[in-house]
Amino acid sequence: MLRDKARAALAAITPEGVQETDYKAKGYHVDAAVAVDQVLAAVKAVDGLGFFLEDVCGVDWLAAGEMEVVYHFAHVQETCRVVIRTRAPRDNPEVPSISGIYPGANWHERETHDFFGIRFAGHPYLVPLLLPEDADFHPLRKDFKGLNG
Amino acid sequence: MSPLAHVTPSFQKETFVLNLGPQHPSTHGVLRVKLVMDGEYIAEAEPVLGYIHRMHEKMGENRTYAQFLPNPARMDYLSALSYNHGHVCAVERAAGIEVPPRAEYIRVITTELNRISSHLLWFGAYVLDLGGFTPLLYAFDDRERLLDLLEMVTGARLTYCYFRFGGVYNDIDEEFIAGTREFVQRMRARVPMYHKLVTTNIILIKRLKDIGYISPETCRKYGATGPVLRGSGVSYDVRKNEPYSVYKDFEFNVPIYSEGDSMARYMVRMDEMLESCRIIEQALDKLPDGPYKAEKVPKILKPPKGDIYCAVEAARGEFGIHLVSDGTNTPYRLKLRSPSFSNLSLFAEVSQGCLLADAIAIMGSLDLVIPEIDR
Repeated sequence: MLRDKARAALAAITPEGVQETDYKAKGYHVDAAVAVDQVLAAVKAVDGLGFFLEDVCGVDWLAAGEMEVVYHFAHVQETCRVVIRTRAPRDNPEVPSISGIYPGANWHERETHDFFGIRFAGHPYLVPLLLPEDADFHPLRKDFKGLNG
Repeated sequence: MSPLAHVTPSFQKETFVLNLGPQHPSTHGVLRVKLVMDGEYIAEAEPVLGYIHRMHEKMGENRTYAQFLPNPARMDYLSALSYNHGHVCAVERAAGIEVPPRAEYIRVITTELNRISSHLLWFGAYVLDLGGFTPLLYAFDDRERLLDLLEMVTGARLTYCYFRFGGVYNDIDEEFIAGTREFVQRMRARVPMYHKLVTTNIILIKRLKDIGYISPETCRKYGATGPVLRGSGVSYDVRKNEPYSVYKDFEFNVPIYSEGDSMARYMVRMDEMLESCRIIEQALDKLPDGPYKAEKVPKILKPPKGDIYCAVEAARGEFGIHLVSDGTNTPYRLKLRSPSFSNLSLFAEVSQGCLLADAIAIMGSLDLVIPEIDR
């Protein structure tokens, strides 16, 4: 089973971060919480198993002082969804860019940078994608108060 | 290896920048593409997004689950019900709401009708982009009947907000069922007619065949889904691979074409219309009695803490929602994964070395809806 292979490959990187999840309740099969410096290794592992990149999503955990980045992967041959997540400190959120492995991540990371101000180290072109080109605000940060006027 | 490799120019000469859009008839919305041109050939293409960005994800965070119901339809206005479906599925999964079978059948019937209307509009507009005006009028003739049917049950003609958490807004009646059956019969005769009128046309074939080759590996690296992926020979359809709602009750094929060119993507959509007809007919035959919405769905939903993911197959590919709940009556985070966003992201790579006129054919074959990309 693909999900066992994915779990084993991710457990080799972070044994304690990998969980099997209840697909019916959660909508994904494998959940891997990795450290920021393990992101590239984890994404390379799912890339090696033939997963495609579904989505990259930011979450602002204001109370915990952390920024989370959630990567969703799915597979075309078998029903298997893998979630890789990582957390960076909120005052200096920097996560390695995976656009070298999945070029499709380029836009997703630009969008996440727009909305959360998370920097993706090694991204080739980290300029606003959806926000105006001179935007210096991050509207999905929980402490964003809105613009004047 | 791209079939276009033999025409790829050397880029030794002087280049110039050409703006395609943001107001251009072939972009069907406010999309701008910055093209670095070497004569008639594209040296570099850069889609510029955000002209119709409305921050739906922020709206999701500052209103309750029910208040967000009309929003998904404003993202992809051409297959609004798929988005409606994705949203209610996600919230139902998070809150653990059971949906009665009749409601799921009604959802499938209306969503598939909406898929046909979306593909019909794409078909007409695409051929129009390529210079043929007449097919658009034929397609709109069919689509008009569909919109009448959907208006009968949903009350809207375009931006439907018909599904509710735990069911649908109102029941379908005999008139709708009879009208839908009649439409399915009509469509079965119309699609072969479209093939005779358009598909076999030599100009269309010359414009689409071997143009805009996308490999399965490119699709995987960019996360392309829907007819774009199936036109590259990969059999992946969320309705089949991860059956949600009641899709496993129906027999239908996932049309795939392995050529990977614009013609393959065209054919996938044409075949899909007939497959949707099959699903609708089976759903009408098997339509169960019973309630059309769940009882005792609380007015104010407070899903338990945690995150869920839910994906559905929209007309353009996989629409996914990543929902993070903190136990209150508004989502903590509502991430909307839209298919055209990923499908367009491969355009820069695919259009390199193409003729400008072919780039229009490629962009049309991706079936873009800009408000859904920008959200």
